[in-house]
Amino acid sequence: MTPRELLRADQQLITELVPEGARVLDLGCGDGALLARLRDERGAIVRGVEIDLADIALCIERDVPVYQGDLDEGLSDVPDDRFDVVILSQTLQVVKRPRLVLSEMLRVGKRSVVSFPNFGHWRVRAHLALRGRMPVSDAIPYSWYDTPNIHHTTIADFRDFSADCGAVVEREIAFVGRDDGRPRMVRALPNLLADEAVFVLRRR
Amino acid sequence: MGETDTIRRPWEETASAGVSEKKTLALDGALTLASGRTLDRVVVAYETWGTLDELGANAVLVCHALSGDSHLAGLRPGQPGDATPGWWDVMVGPGKAIDTDRFFVVCANVLGGCSGTTGPSSLDPETGAPYGLRFPMVTIEDMVDVQARLLHALGVRRLASVVGGSMGGMQALAWAKRYPERVGSVVADATTWRLGPQAIAFNEVGRRAILEDPAFSSGDYYAVGQPESGLGIARMIGHITYLSDESMHKKFGRRLQSSADYAYDFVSEFQVESYLAYQGQRFVERFDANTYLYMTKAMDYFDLQGDAPSLAAALLSVSARFLVLSFSSDWLFPTARSKELVSALRENGNEVSFAEIPSGYGHDAFLLEPEAQHRLIAPFLTNALAHARAAADDAPASQLPGTEVAS
Repeated sequence: MTPRELLRADQQLITELVPEGARVLDLGCGDGALLARLRDERGAIVRGVEIDLADIALCIERDVPVYQGDLDEGLSDVPDDRFDVVILSQTLQVVKRPRLVLSEMLRVGKRSVVSFPNFGHWRVRAHLALRGRMPVSDAIPYSWYDTPNIHHTTIADFRDFSADCGAVVEREIAFVGRDDGRPRMVRALPNLLADEAVFVLRRR
Repeated sequence: MGETDTIRRPWEETASAGVSEKKTLALDGALTLASGRTLDRVVVAYETWGTLDELGANAVLVCHALSGDSHLAGLRPGQPGDATPGWWDVMVGPGKAIDTDRFFVVCANVLGGCSGTTGPSSLDPETGAPYGLRFPMVTIEDMVDVQARLLHALGVRRLASVVGGSMGGMQALAWAKRYPERVGSVVADATTWRLGPQAIAFNEVGRRAILEDPAFSSGDYYAVGQPESGLGIARMIGHITYLSDESMHKKFGRRLQSSADYAYDFVSEFQVESYLAYQGQRFVERFDANTYLYMTKAMDYFDLQGDAPSLAAALLSVSARFLVLSFSSDWLFPTARSKELVSALRENGNEVSFAEIPSGYGHDAFLLEPEAQHRLIAPFLTNALAHARAAADDAPASQLPGTEVAS
């Protein structure tokens, strides 16, 4: 048995949201760690989409079937409702066409799970308000000029965006991610106090 | 071992697979071909590396491309130290992507070939003369049937993987469809589920060059020497299609071979011209013109969809895991075709991984990009072996279905 890998806090939460034996598609699945965990511990049937060749090699190493694809081109070869769960973890902010990506998720999956860094977190707000500089934090660790994150959103904005894309929010989990992979839940004032969020959506 | 592994570059170790000897096997009984014709006597030339494990789970078949042969890796006996190693030596050997320390690797010259397996240059037992064009047309499926009979004779009941590039990839795909219970996984590398009209067109021009060479003599040229001009031209055309605009720019540009000025004559002047002439000439020395006709026709006929309403429908019985690789500058076997295959397999629920490897080498990239392929194929085959062992544990070899071979 290989030792249990430490997942990111949002991935840890997502693991708990996926039912036993679900068919799962992870968009921007990275090294495949989350999908391997879902397969091994949830008996999920997993498929990944990833653009980076080095990550694809890591997925193959984990025996996670992975398809090299660009999310901004949509999922035209995937039929409607093909998956029980479609995951977009920490990837929404890097895609060029978030609306297309979310619409496609809602189309091919019965449930969509989206995790993203919350740009409404007080540290981010303070950074901009008090220092007058683009925020750099644990959840958003890039300078403005070299960030892959081109579509920042806040929890409040994402609620509107989901509704606009024809989604119903089934669950909204706001938390502070920590290095040990165990998230600290935020119940009050999530858009101010949480630096990350996981949303569970379905088609309206 | 972990640390040394990370700094090793196994794909750079030349001829590490050692020395392998070409063996031949005469198939038991006649072979019925897709065309309905039969061949009473078929001999297969093959080579093997590594050893078959007790479970019979670690066999990998590598299928060669149009101009390949059974000499996949390492050196031949008696070959001097600096002689050319096998055609995929970069990928096959100890610690390489197709690891001969762990796998029993088999490579056979295809049916219709000219490197030891029965083909148009073989003697027709009925006449005692070479077949020439009296040799029956062979298909990719026929080639696969011969490999299946060979593997049966070698005691291989199930393949952990079938690996092939280009025409070899077509064979690998045909394997998965034709013998689904005998194929655990497939590496379909720079290949296609069927050729498009552009590729068929280039094949036809190559065939015309051979057929219309006066030395062709209706294919009965063996006593007097083969149609060198036609076969050379066919190979030149082939080479153009294996390269890319980018790789030709890098390799030759508009440079002249020997003079600084134009000769204002029809001699071979540009480097690209000399290269093609050289490739054509070298090919003529080792390859049979009739085999070239049969191989290109087999590729043209290959269509994995067949009569089915869709490619996915045609592949419903296929259970193998797949790794499909394409190369960004390969316009002969383009990424779009590979994606169609991947899409059909995904629709059927097969476990399939797909990547397009960035490369400027064109179709030839599958022979020239060992590192990128190693990083994807090596872990895929490691898992293929684990799955094959698990399957063999579940079903002892004697109880495995599918030991019969399509005739």
